[in-house]
Amino acid sequence: MQLLRKLLPLAFCLLLCGQAWRAASADAIDDAAAGFGSSSYADIEQTVAALAVSGDPAAAPILQALGDGQLMVTDDHHLFIQADDGSFTDARTHQKVATDAAADARPVKVNNKVRRAIAAAMGQLTLLSPDAAQRRAAADSVFHDPNPARLPLLDSAIAKESDSGIKRRLEQARAAILLSDTATSPADRLAAIAVLAERGDQDARALISASMTSSDPAVAAAATTAVKRIDLTLSLWSGAQSVYYGLSLGSVLLLAAIGLAITFGVMGVINMAHGEMVMLGAYTTFVVQDLVRLYAPDLADYSLLPAVPIAFLVSGLVGLVIERSIIRFLYGRPLETLLATFGLSLVLQQAIRTIFGASNREVTNPSWMSGSFDLGGLVLTYNRLWIIVFAFAVFAGILLLLSRTPLGLQMRAVTQNRRMAASMGIRTEWVDSLTFGFGSGIAGIAGVALSQIDNVSPNLGQSYIIDSFMVVVFGGVGNLWGTLVGALSLGVANKILEPVAGAVLGKIVVLVLLVLFIQRRPRGLFPLKGRAVES
Amino acid sequence: MEKIGRRKLLTSSLALAAGGALGAGAFGRPFSFGIGAAWADTGTIKVGILHSLSGTMAISETTLKDVMLMLIEEQNAKGGLLGKKLEAVVVDPASNWPLFAEKAKQLLEVDKVAAVFGCWTSVSRKSVLPVFEHDNGILFYPVQYEGEESSRNVFYTGAAPNQQAIPAVDYLMSEDGGSVKRWVLEGTDYVYPRTTNKILEAYLKSKGVAAEDIVVNYTPFGFSDWQTEVSKIKAFGSAGKKTAVVSTINGDANVPFYKELGNQGIKATEIPVVAFSVGEEELAGLDTKPLVGHLAAWNYFMSVNTPENKAFIAKWHKFIKNDKRTTNDPMEAHYIGFNMWVKAVEKVGTTDTDAVIDAMIGVTVPNLTGGYAAMMPNHHITKPVLIGEIQANGQLNTVWQTTGLVPGDEWSDYLEGSKDLISDWRKPLSCGNFNVKTGKCGGEVATQ
Repeated sequence: MQLLRKLLPLAFCLLLCGQAWRAASADAIDDAAAGFGSSSYADIEQTVAALAVSGDPAAAPILQALGDGQLMVTDDHHLFIQADDGSFTDARTHQKVATDAAADARPVKVNNKVRRAIAAAMGQLTLLSPDAAQRRAAADSVFHDPNPARLPLLDSAIAKESDSGIKRRLEQARAAILLSDTATSPADRLAAIAVLAERGDQDARALISASMTSSDPAVAAAATTAVKRIDLTLSLWSGAQSVYYGLSLGSVLLLAAIGLAITFGVMGVINMAHGEMVMLGAYTTFVVQDLVRLYAPDLADYSLLPAVPIAFLVSGLVGLVIERSIIRFLYGRPLETLLATFGLSLVLQQAIRTIFGASNREVTNPSWMSGSFDLGGLVLTYNRLWIIVFAFAVFAGILLLLSRTPLGLQMRAVTQNRRMAASMGIRTEWVDSLTFGFGSGIAGIAGVALSQIDNVSPNLGQSYIIDSFMVVVFGGVGNLWGTLVGALSLGVANKILEPVAGAVLGKIVVLVLLVLFIQRRPRGLFPLKGRAVES
Repeated sequence: MEKIGRRKLLTSSLALAAGGALGAGAFGRPFSFGIGAAWADTGTIKVGILHSLSGTMAISETTLKDVMLMLIEEQNAKGGLLGKKLEAVVVDPASNWPLFAEKAKQLLEVDKVAAVFGCWTSVSRKSVLPVFEHDNGILFYPVQYEGEESSRNVFYTGAAPNQQAIPAVDYLMSEDGGSVKRWVLEGTDYVYPRTTNKILEAYLKSKGVAAEDIVVNYTPFGFSDWQTEVSKIKAFGSAGKKTAVVSTINGDANVPFYKELGNQGIKATEIPVVAFSVGEEELAGLDTKPLVGHLAAWNYFMSVNTPENKAFIAKWHKFIKNDKRTTNDPMEAHYIGFNMWVKAVEKVGTTDTDAVIDAMIGVTVPNLTGGYAAMMPNHHITKPVLIGEIQANGQLNTVWQTTGLVPGDEWSDYLEGSKDLISDWRKPLSCGNFNVKTGKCGGEVATQ
């Protein structure tokens, strides 16, 4: 015991002196390599903070790699950065190294707390970066983590900044720091509130609203007016946002329903397997994507483009086969058609389940369909935006085909007066097949778009079939414009109700309204008129 | 061309769509098959597998059927049970709740199976419960559920709310989890999310969270347009307090939810989402790069580094002949449940239901995460609770776990009407809903 007591200070000294010796001889990167080798998140977090203040030029790329999950560490404390293609570079020298030199490297452990520390550190390190995008990101990261210690650095960054947009962000970050610091003088506070009021978003509102209870009456009054003004603009923007969401939902409904508008609307075939044509399109997208990845990995981002015509062909051909083998025997017998196509939809689902398995398949969003951008107070996501554009393009294409091509003319002729068309020499049977195939192909195209926002699973079609029938019946059977208006108005109605009533109740309300509407006007919004309909 | 009225047409097509979904499973016929041929004429012990192989739940349940076949094959290779060969009787209830009850009845009354492993959704379990109680069968239920139930005939090998939901919330409230102060409880509109959220709400309030800092929101099954919901979460989360989302969103609705989160730029470092129904299997259908750092709470992750787990994964890959297939929490629950049942049967030397039910309590078997699972008197088991972060490769990496094992608590301590109840199926009490205040047993049907 006595011995132990004597030895203890010695051990302590060894430990501390050892540390001091290491700190003196090794540089920040070596310390970081040792810290990152730890299995404790707290150690790694501390290492991040230490690296950030070390001033070492290699610190920023190392932290960046750590945030991206690309920083590797070996047991003997070497740091490597692994590139996307799997090659390794030395974190200190930025030289490429042979893969076997980093053979036993393992990724540095990262959790959300470490990620937050990285974001804060990066904000500090890249405030003066020559890259404008990095400076902008840094300004935002300081804004979200307002720490008074960063004020001097921020001030020098503001003085040096030449880009006016980034400068504004930096000033907003400065205002955020001033407002969250209790030591700020009332005059500074007022200035900060003015800067943030101009920003006018949710984050700014949160920062300003903390000052509403300020002891200084001028500050409290300014904060209250600013919050009121922000609330007003926000509520206007949120109304616009709801309409945009509605358009987006409407365009999805339009895509899902437009094929049905042809097979059901124009031809009068109750096709319960319509959803499965959509599903086939989605699975085609999956297969095309995998093939492109396999044979032309560089073009993987554009695999959706070939998927569109291929999905059209696949679903169209399946539709053609269905028409030739089943539906043509059932024309004029709606109930039998309904049963047969419903059975068919189950067969198709189980077939896909057997071929591809029951679980979801991954269709990646290409980079040009990921993320979002801000337009005023609106947040527009790229995938939804492209789908809106795509839906309208498909709609326009169908209109053109129906009104400007011989096939379209024949289709209209056959549906309006079959016997007259036949006596004019049109092969009505073939036109029926082609129309059904065309409608199914369009459903396949819809599947390509839906694969971007929904599951690619055997059940994909089921979730859209009811909505599709709803849109077609609501819009007026046989009228493509009706389908357009029906889809968009159902979408917008749904999305305006959703924030008020909640998703579940909103949907119920829309359904009830729809039932009432169909009661009043059984032929939908835009009923077809004329003798052909009456017969 | 004859036309029928459009109004009639719409109603009939809607009715058919609804009716069709119910009838869809009626085509499935039971089939049973033995594994290995050279067995003496000592008879077999039949084991029922009641998992949907078609319909919406096939996505999750087919895997559980496969893992049961694997476990049975393995047991037969070890010499069977009590010298007899095990025979799997597989039926397909086709994601159709009333059909679950019919198939259960068939397994118990026609096939006379010794035990049934099955069900996924709570509604399917509730649907078969009266059958198992009437015919005195044994059901092993492998999925995390909302609790508030205890039946003598059911062994719950999945997590009760206190083994998943409450530790997950505890983690988020801790400093490591980000000291979360504001909560969005987002769920699909059915019994499991509703009960779990009720418990969580009461629990959060008991921890001093103000009512205006909790928002509960439900969406319909298969919901796919998450734009409004996600922007609501974003707005709720930008009020200056650290916010987290607790997700009990079920099944297919998760993929579009996570896609929308990624696209609207909600990062895990800002608003983390902790999910109770998203595991490796669900993530396999997703591009997980935008989701890195979001959380899931389970009692098992495929990434857990133990020799038992490695052996289990290797066996699974060999059995399913695909080394890309994932393993998940309910699979481990079946692994535990099956081994417990085998041990109990060996202990009493018979597959007689009453004897096995009594022998099950106290049975302890190793789990796959390096610990042990013990069957408690309330027919729930002890489990470790793991919190994992989603990785770019679709796996979940453990960032936190409970220090010890947590015993499952069937009657939540945070709900009025259930906090005084306990369940103890040992004799002489033998009651699923004993009220410790009144000292009375609630009655035969121990569910609410």
